[in-house]
Amino acid sequence: MLDRDKGNVGANQAGTEPAEVRKLSRRRLLKSAAAVAGAAIGSDAIRGFPTIWAQEIKDIELRHVGVSYSVVKAIGDQAAKDLGFKVTMQNLDTSAAINRFISQPNTVDIADLEGWQAKLAAKRGVIQGIQVKKVKEFDNILPIFTKGEIDGHKIPRQGISPYEAMYIAKPDSTDLHDGVTEWATFLPQVYNADSIGYRPDLVGHEVTEWKDLIDPKFKGKAAILDVPAIGIMDAALCFESAGLIKYGNKGNMTKEEIDFTCNKLIELKKQGQFRATWTTFDQSVQLMAAGEVVIQSMWSPAVAAVRVKEIPCVYAPVNVKNGKEGYRGWCNGMGLMKHLSGKKLDAAYEYLNWYLSGWQGGFVARYGYYSPVPSTAKKFLTPAEWAFWYEGQPAPEVVNDPYGVPMEKAGTKRDGGSFLDRVKNISCWNTLMDEAAYMNKRWNDFKVA
Amino acid sequence: MQSSQTPPRANLAGWLYVAPLVLVLVPFFVAPILVVLAASFFATDGFGGLTPGFTLASYVEVLHSALTLKLYLATIKFTVLTWIFTLIIGFFVAYFLVFHVRNQLLAIGLFLLCTVPFWTSNIIRMISWIPLLGKEGLINQALLGMGVIRQPLEVLLFSDLAVVIAYVHQLTIFMIVPIFNSMARIDKKLIEAAIDAGASRFDIMRLIVVPMSKSGIALGTIFVVSIVMGDFFVVKVMSGGGSASVVSAFYEDVGVLQYPTAAASAVLLTLVLVAIVSLILRTVDIRQEITR
Repeated sequence: MLDRDKGNVGANQAGTEPAEVRKLSRRRLLKSAAAVAGAAIGSDAIRGFPTIWAQEIKDIELRHVGVSYSVVKAIGDQAAKDLGFKVTMQNLDTSAAINRFISQPNTVDIADLEGWQAKLAAKRGVIQGIQVKKVKEFDNILPIFTKGEIDGHKIPRQGISPYEAMYIAKPDSTDLHDGVTEWATFLPQVYNADSIGYRPDLVGHEVTEWKDLIDPKFKGKAAILDVPAIGIMDAALCFESAGLIKYGNKGNMTKEEIDFTCNKLIELKKQGQFRATWTTFDQSVQLMAAGEVVIQSMWSPAVAAVRVKEIPCVYAPVNVKNGKEGYRGWCNGMGLMKHLSGKKLDAAYEYLNWYLSGWQGGFVARYGYYSPVPSTAKKFLTPAEWAFWYEGQPAPEVVNDPYGVPMEKAGTKRDGGSFLDRVKNISCWNTLMDEAAYMNKRWNDFKVA
Repeated sequence: MQSSQTPPRANLAGWLYVAPLVLVLVPFFVAPILVVLAASFFATDGFGGLTPGFTLASYVEVLHSALTLKLYLATIKFTVLTWIFTLIIGFFVAYFLVFHVRNQLLAIGLFLLCTVPFWTSNIIRMISWIPLLGKEGLINQALLGMGVIRQPLEVLLFSDLAVVIAYVHQLTIFMIVPIFNSMARIDKKLIEAAIDAGASRFDIMRLIVVPMSKSGIALGTIFVVSIVMGDFFVVKVMSGGGSASVVSAFYEDVGVLQYPTAAASAVLLTLVLVAIVSLILRTVDIRQEITR
């Protein structure tokens, strides 16, 4: 359902990446590998580049399962090449994924989890704690995840923030632990901040507030995300922005708040505000590109995909102001399934370490997502790419997508500004509410109204 | 020397005849439905954990909710509309093929032509309506170009109309095939006799063709009704998420791990479908008609 990136800027044809960038990257990788090896002979760190035990691990296969925008075949293929064992990437939509983790845990080795899924997986006892000590780059992971802050800015805890879902007290604990421990539920690997996409030529003014989505001016030309758990948060951001209500916690509403939100949505639907609702990445691109809607809740790479079709589309910078607005953040991380042990568990740790070592960070950056360890991702990006994607500066030269297709002209600036501007303006996180069953029922009322 | 009991060999043969069907139905139909049935009586902690036991709480919740009624009304509306259109189109296509195309080879050729759209997946067949019906789609562009309309017609896509169009396109063949089959058995001499006796075309249709195609109509109806009522994807895509169905609602329930309510809704839907199908079978004795 949550097929964020089916077109995923073409997730299956990594080969087209410019050879130059690649060569550069590999040279850099070797260089950094040498440096690490030099610094860490005799220590655990050398395991990152397996040599002696290569023979023993070549029969190992890791099955990494999750949503298509997070579990990407090109990344798995590269990991397999670098690590010497088999990696199989399997894609499911969000709800099918969590259902599989819970009901068939033994068919998965690495579960790709959102924060709220990590909480559920821990509760159901299908994952084992990740020993933080064994993760080489752990100390370089941004404190957004490990400590719940960045640059002295406290990361909001509306919804389930990655930090909130990150720790358990013991490897087999089933309840989350508030505060840093030695054991992690999941290891963040990719994240972003979602907001609104709009057609600047048809909307006519700059959009910086969620309330524009429910402005009667755009009657019949607006769309909203139809994944109940997060669609309702986009709606809540709109209603809060319009001054209709103040939520205690958008990510964990009371029944009254759910009623208010869904009733208001039904009212808007009856007035004809929404042209459609969408559930997959492709649908959102299609709606915008075909001129069906001019404004809708949208994901960053979807906006880029519309622009590739030469249709103007802007990703609204909805910075927090007056305690309102802000992006809805999400983060996917890798969890180790409980059944992993012995060599396979070792291989899984190798895999986690590889993920944070930079290649993957560079890859996802090129379609607008972030790595939790930007310091390693930077090594795999050209200075121009780094300036555009992370620093929010005008692109010094043409920017390509992960497969080498030109995406942005020189001089373009990324919507929403630099990495820090964006993440500091996240006001809530993807979640599963305590009242999820009730919320789901009311959302269906909205659908059938 | 015949014994009054079935001889053991015939008995064995009988079992062998049903064995393939049993081997398919038991693991792939009976067992899953029993699991669903069991789950519908379990309690849940709300986060995917099931406590074996026996509670009717899920059924009470499903049956007490105004949402259930609305969902059934929406689903039945789509079912009835689809049924009417597929029946009309399917009946007349079959009628044409059987009674107007004199050359049997040509009739079979045309019949096969009806199945051509089924050479691609039904998802593709559904999605290909979108560029046709959209605001900037072919139909709207054409009408705008001809000056018939000034604003694009929004009702063409992401509407109930679009849902019905997609269903009719997908399911008409399920009407054509059984109706064609039963019409083809009508003895042409009967029609000639009726004409000789002075019956009008309408009378022939009313008194001979329709009654003798009953079994085909009933079979087609069973196919169309059960497919529409059990589907959610067409509704989701073609209504642009603007409508819901019974199945889409419990699919969302599974998404937030509310297994017992989803299971209870599924059991309820199964019962409703069984009731509808037995009603149809009661009206038309398909077995007798087929072995006629």
